[in-house]
Formats: sequence, structure tokens, C-alpha cells
Amino acid sequence: SHAADIISTVEFNHSGELLATGDKGGRVVIFQQAQENKTQSHSRGEYNVYSTFQSHEPEFDYLKSLEIEEKINKIRWLPQKNAAQFLLSTNDKTIKLWKISERDKRPEGYNLKEEDGRYRDPTTVTTLRVPVFRPMDLMVEASPRRIFANAHTYHINSISINSDYETYLSADDLRINLWHLEITDRSFNIVDIKPANMEELTEVITAAEFHPNSCNTFVYSSSKGTIRLCDMRASALCDRHSKLFEEPEDPSNRSFFSEIISSISDVKFSHSGRYMMTRDYLSVKIWDLNMENRPVETYQVHEYLRSKLCSLYENDCIFDKFECCWNGSDSIVMTGSYNNFFRMFDRNTKRDITLEASRENNKPRTVLKPRKVCASGKRKKDEISVDSLDFNKKILHTAWHPKENIIAVATTNNLYIFQDKMN
Amino acid sequence: QDMQEKEPITPERAEEVKLKAKYPSLGQKPGGSDFLMKRLQKGQKYFDSGDYNMAKAKMKNKQLPSAGPDKNLVTGDHIPTPQDLPQRKSSLVTSKLAG
Repeated sequence: SHAADIISTVEFNHSGELLATGDKGGRVVIFQQAQENKTQSHSRGEYNVYSTFQSHEPEFDYLKSLEIEEKINKIRWLPQKNAAQFLLSTNDKTIKLWKISERDKRPEGYNLKEEDGRYRDPTTVTTLRVPVFRPMDLMVEASPRRIFANAHTYHINSISINSDYETYLSADDLRINLWHLEITDRSFNIVDIKPANMEELTEVITAAEFHPNSCNTFVYSSSKGTIRLCDMRASALCDRHSKLFEEPEDPSNRSFFSEIISSISDVKFSHSGRYMMTRDYLSVKIWDLNMENRPVETYQVHEYLRSKLCSLYENDCIFDKFECCWNGSDSIVMTGSYNNFFRMFDRNTKRDITLEASRENNKPRTVLKPRKVCASGKRKKDEISVDSLDFNKKILHTAWHPKENIIAVATTNNLYIFQDKMN
Repeated sequence: QDMQEKEPITPERAEEVKLKAKYPSLGQKPGGSDFLMKRLQKGQKYFDSGDYNMAKAKMKNKQLPSAGPDKNLVTGDHIPTPQDLPQRKSSLVTSKLAG
């Protein structure tokens, strides 16, 4: 399989009917859930390919001798307003608004043109007819409607659509910009953490997101493990945060790796807007927006890696950026790990589970078997030892259907869609 | 004579000791600006834009010599293009391990 097939982002739309993936080759593939079969009430619709298009192409910045990768970093859907669907997709430098529309009829019976498009000799036209729409095989077309370019010096890591559905933010390592979906020739800079002297650089922006309900509120996370909540009503440039979320560190535990593993790779608000979740290298943390000094819940994703940090630093895995997601009711959170494992944490029962996305248990209707990693000591049957884990098989991107228990899990080259067993 | 009880070393500290044993010159502040600058400079590639444009113009006028058994071999009057350059892993001016 090609490097271009590496999946780099996965996102359900607001109804869950559509699932978009972006890859390293700059392509977007959209899957659509088949209509529920009324007779087979115990199976939800399967997801089939709906549309594929090339969103971004590789570019070369001659002035800086920089290659601009076509890899899609993020996709975010707009809520549906009419028959067409809209999504934003971004690579390192350019955000594009795509319109995906269906065409299932075409006009036939023109007076001046043949059906194949050739023009008729006007002198042969002796009668007039009204062209009519006739059904045709469904065609799904994607067209770029807006291109938001040249606003980021550094690499875009996040885009987030505001709850006003008119504006959105884009964040790179050092700056966050606010855009209007209709306006491509300018954006407002709302966060700038670039120091006057780059030698003084101590942290970068790792992720940013708008609050799901308050259109004036957004958060951004940093490589030092902090999250800042900003209110756009306070000032035009939100360099001063309204809230700073940071868990105090035990100084006796500090090591060379502390800052690297505290770097937040993803931040996601709960659907309710009351909580936010952050993912750092070893854990997932839930924060109450009303409490800045520590998270309210912490879940260990793969604590057994703490005694492997030396080799994970050497092979660069310690810099892997895992994402995380909420289920529709905010009761379960999910994130990926290595060896094609992914983890789910039930916030109510405090139970957690490790599952594997692989071809072996990909047969339809097979119930996934829970996995267990043996950290040390005697390995039980069916357990996998830490040293047997494949660190090239990483699940960085996962998504949860907004309403149902259907999840999308991306391994390096493959997309897995799982749903819970229906009785 | 006071015998101080040895504090158990955390797994993280043990890993740090291991890393520093392998790379003695490793700097004290990994989160410092060198490390972050590497992150900001991802994607840097170097080539001569003059050569590139000349090659583009040349290729329009004549066929490229047909690829021999080794398609990856770039020799003779084939001017390197950005696409030909091997993926260059971004590196600091000094290696991250050289502190």
C-alpha cells in the first residue's frame, strides 16, 4: 500500500449519515450510511463510498524552499442547510470549503443541441419543445467553493467551526485566525504567541476548538500541557486568556520526558459544552470548565509505556499525536494506542476496555474480543507483552457517530467501522 | 553513621538515566527552543530553483532518456526536481541528541 493512502483525519457529519476521511495524498473520501432496511431491523445501514475527490495538491514555496504537503490535517463539516453538504478541509497552509451535491436528473430535449452536446443546424429546427428533467444515475459532485489561503506562516493543526455557523478558526503552531466563511481575502488574528525573539520560544499551540454553544468562547492547548480558554468579547487579540487550565506537577516526579509527554495532542469539548477532554501522550483528562486547577477525571491509556520512554524517544513515537473523542451522550470517551489497539472509558461505570482494529476480527458481525497488555511479570494466556507491541501500528484518529453507537477507527491505511451489537 | 534509605527511582527517571547513558551530551531542556524550532521547520527542502526551471523548460522540448533497469537512478543531464529529492528527515542544525 502507498504512503499516500495513510489516513490522516476522520470525521462524522452532524447527522452521522456521512463519514469523511482525509489522507496523506490530499484526497477526501466520503462514506454514506445506507438507508435502514425496514425488514432487517437488527442491522443499521452500512457505510459505502459516496464521493471521492482530490482536495489538496502538493505545492512548493520557492521563496522559502519549502515543500507544502498535500496531506489533509483536518476535516470539519458544516451543519446541513440545504440539499448540498459542505465541509472544510485543510492541509498545512490552505483551508478549502467544499460543496458536495447530488445530481440525479438531467435536462433533455434542447432545441438547439443534440443529446450528446453537438449543436444542431438552426435551419433544421422546425418545431419548438420545452426541455424536461429526466432521471439519471446518481452523480455526487464535489466543488471547491472557497479557498482560504496565505494566512498561516506555520503549520495548521486545527480548524473549528463556530456555533454561529458563519465563522471559523484556524490554528497553527503560533497563531490562531478567525475567518468568515464567505470572505477569503482576509482573516482576523485572534491569538499570537510568537515571541519577539524566537530564541525565547518555549511552547507552541497544539490544538484549538470553539465552544459548541458559546460563539464567543474557544480554547487552545499547548505543548506544555496547558489549555487556555479565551473570550472574544474581552478583546480583539485574545493573548490574555480568561481561564488557564493546568494540572500542577509534582516536582519530585519531573524528568527529561515530563514536558514532552505532557504536550496535549488534542482537545475536544463535550457535546454539552460543560466539559472538555485533552489527550497527552499517556492519558486522557476530562476538565470541568469551572475548575482550572486540575482535571476532574484522568484515564490512563497505556501507562505501561512509561518504562519504555527511552526507546519511544529514540524512535520518535513519543511525538505521536493521538486524537480523542466523545460519544453522543458524553458518557464514553475513546482514543487510540499502538498495536492497532484503541481504548474506551465509560465515565459512569469507570470501566474501560481495549479493542483491536485488525483484519483478523474484521469479519462482519464478529464481536470484538477485549485485549490486555501485560506490563510486567508473567504473561497470561491471550495477553500481549509490552515488548511485542507493534509501534508502527498506531491508531491516531477515531470518531464516534453523534447519535448512535457507531465508531470509525483509522489504522495506518485502513478504516474500520464498528457498531454495537443490537439484540 | 547515618544510612539514608534509598528512594525508589520512578520508571520515568530510570528511562531518563538510560537515555543519558546513551547520549551523554543530551541537553537539559528538551522543551527548549531548539526542539520546538525543529517542529516549526518541518517540510524544509533545499534545491536550486534555477536548475529546476531550466529542467522544466528542457523537458518540454525533448524526451527524457528512457529509464533503464534502475528507474531511480538519476544521472547525466537530468536536473534534480523537488519530486526527485529523497524525503529529507528534518533535522536540527545540531542533532536533538547533541544538546
